[in-house]
Amino acid sequence: VSEPLAPQQGPEIPEDIAEAPPTTVAARFDVMQRAGGILVPVITGIVAFLIGGVVIAATGHNPAQAYWDIVKGAGFNWLAHPWDTDIAHTAPYNFSQTLLQTTTLILCGLAVAFAFRCGLFNIGGNGQYLVGLICANWIGVSFVNMAKPAHILLGILVAAAAGAAWAGIAGFLKATVGAHEVITTIMLNWIAYWLGNYVFQQGGPLQAPKNVPLDIPISADVAHSAQLPVFWGIPALQGLHIGFFIAIGMLVVFWIVLNRTTLGYEVRAVGYNPAAAAYGGIRVRTNYLRAMAISGAFAGLAGGIDMLGYLHHFGTIDVQATSIGFLGIAVALLGRNTAVGVGLAALLFGGLVYGTTHGLQSGVIDPSLAGHLTEIIQGLVVLFVGADVLILAVWNTRRKVRRRAQPAAQPATETTS
Amino acid sequence: MSTYYAGNIERIRHSRLFEPKSIGVLGILLGVLAFWLAVPPITGRTIIWSLLVGILGALCGLIAVTRGERRVGWGAIAAAIIGIGLAELATRSSTGHLNQVWSASLIAQMLVFATPLTFGAIGGMFSERSGVVNIGLEGMMLMGAFWGIWGADKFGSWVWGLVVAAAAGGLLALVHAFFAIHLRADQIVGGTAVNFLALGITGYFFVQLYHGNNIPTGVSQIPDLHLTSDSNHSFFGNSFGSLNYMIWAAILLVPISYIVMFKTPIGLRIRACGEHPRAADTVGINVYLIRYCSVVLSGVLAALGGAFLTVGYLNTFNENVTAGRGFIALAALIFGNWRPFGAFGAALLFGLSTALAFRLPTYSDNAATLFQALPYVLTLIAVAGVIGRTIPPAAVGRPYKKQ
Repeated sequence: VSEPLAPQQGPEIPEDIAEAPPTTVAARFDVMQRAGGILVPVITGIVAFLIGGVVIAATGHNPAQAYWDIVKGAGFNWLAHPWDTDIAHTAPYNFSQTLLQTTTLILCGLAVAFAFRCGLFNIGGNGQYLVGLICANWIGVSFVNMAKPAHILLGILVAAAAGAAWAGIAGFLKATVGAHEVITTIMLNWIAYWLGNYVFQQGGPLQAPKNVPLDIPISADVAHSAQLPVFWGIPALQGLHIGFFIAIGMLVVFWIVLNRTTLGYEVRAVGYNPAAAAYGGIRVRTNYLRAMAISGAFAGLAGGIDMLGYLHHFGTIDVQATSIGFLGIAVALLGRNTAVGVGLAALLFGGLVYGTTHGLQSGVIDPSLAGHLTEIIQGLVVLFVGADVLILAVWNTRRKVRRRAQPAAQPATETTS
Repeated sequence: MSTYYAGNIERIRHSRLFEPKSIGVLGILLGVLAFWLAVPPITGRTIIWSLLVGILGALCGLIAVTRGERRVGWGAIAAAIIGIGLAELATRSSTGHLNQVWSASLIAQMLVFATPLTFGAIGGMFSERSGVVNIGLEGMMLMGAFWGIWGADKFGSWVWGLVVAAAAGGLLALVHAFFAIHLRADQIVGGTAVNFLALGITGYFFVQLYHGNNIPTGVSQIPDLHLTSDSNHSFFGNSFGSLNYMIWAAILLVPISYIVMFKTPIGLRIRACGEHPRAADTVGINVYLIRYCSVVLSGVLAALGGAFLTVGYLNTFNENVTAGRGFIALAALIFGNWRPFGAFGAALLFGLSTALAFRLPTYSDNAATLFQALPYVLTLIAVAGVIGRTIPPAAVGRPYKKQ
């Protein structure tokens, strides 16, 4: 993203201004990936959690106990005895709820990651998620007489299309007039926010008709024919729905599209170096639009699956509290924009989201307090991952040490290489 | 003799008054006037005068466009059309409704909403003019909002509240500056991180220090400056009579920052770092120092804007109280083309739209909610280049490495 905000048709930028060698985010991450592999994200995560622990300790709570309670709140202790799938027990139930959050985070993370691979920074995941959610609610409430699989399919597809269209606005502006996607997606986020407030408020188009005496603006529930089947737990208790498998499937789709198709090749080429890609005959502008639309489709899908899977209804207060789309940024960055990485990072943050809020039962730290710990850790992760120079410095010293050690051990290989 | 007169006429023709840009600005003002004629205190209950003035404004815009000032010219034409349209709506609605929505206190309220935006946008200007993108304005504003009211509560004086707010915002900006300048991290990713951090830190300490309840009442508040007696209900008295000190500070900040940025050596250095850091470095300017100072200053200013929100206006704090105002400030900065007066104008426009959104429920609840999205839509249109191009500093977002 090391390019000027907003259009680039201004004065020509002198060559020597940019000193950082790789220009796009994708190229930088490629360097990082080669530099540290899986080690770097793990260290990043550990450092972020350690600083979070310092904050907990500084405010007079026991950090070790707090983190252990969060682990239990997330249900990760269930992994020690996975044969117990009875959701009446705390650990399996919490873990199913963590997977519910993971489902959303995988898709939101993929949305950010796909744009990153094309050299674009999609901050608008939250807006695209909201738009998908609104559309899924509309479809789920309206077409009551449809058959079950068709209704679900329609809802999910419309949600994904809405997300794609919403991000597509940013992609279109980037492709045609060069408007910086960070600015446009931020603005689209807030437009979606007020759109959500509008459709769910009293008198809004999606406001439940019989809800007037309740005075809390909330939408109607989606019809039973549109609700995703639950395979672990019971629907009344927010069981884990088959959207989880859709998310896992999308991880595979993401990997195949990026690594095994022409489209993915072009997207990655533009991500590494737009000028070189254009020289090689790849249409850069088309790829910006395409990448943003696909990216938005992932986030819209997340909104649709959440709505049809376990939310079923939504209100203005929920719109104002929605921030899971932003977590996608941390998930993608920590997961190094790869399919496997995003899956693992989504599991970590999914656990963090549920384990610090609803799942947390702790005498040490209150859920209202711990919930903000997630935001602090999220911020730290994004901050450290952005600082690739730090990581490169570590990598370079490691290489220097290795080089110094090499000639002494095998002087013969020096001449051949 | 004749040459003397010709020279004089030449001089008049070439004076700034007849530049196409001035004509375009006149057109914009006429467009605003066209609307102004239809609302209180004038309330001309006829469209004719507005129509005439609006057409005059559009003509000015047309002249400006044909003479090459496209940005201002199209702006004038748009202002004229919108002015006439709004004037038509105003003449159709009842006088009672109009008086409710368009009272003199609207200006006061517009200034209240524009103040945090102005602080944020001017702060962002310093940072971005020096070459560091500041997406983190929202977070710095939020830090100022929380630590400002905490300081006012803890030390019993709003002055201390502002000091603590400035320190908190500056500290967060320092983190951003360190990652952006020394570690050469991606500035947009860093700014995003700063926003998350601020959200987490303020939320965490709000629960820790106040148990998530409201701030106790009676916290020292920034006082108002009473220019007129309270019984004075003239238009001027209602608009400017009792404004908060911070509002006047924001209004003063605009010309001061203009002078600093465009008329002093310091400003020249800041701009040089944002346009061509290598050249600046060559002539002996310490690029890192300038950038650090600018980013920290931007954090301090944004935090003061946030502090006004809690200590000066709401007198309480909620989680995420800024609710996107930092992003609107960023939008105002872009909308105002990275210039103080432009940013202030955009802040006033966005402030007005927020103030109107609070009054529009008189007409329709639904429209009022959608109206809140107006600043974002306008910015989207502005960056799309419909009304001319916004041109950021050339080196903004590019890390600089000393050689």
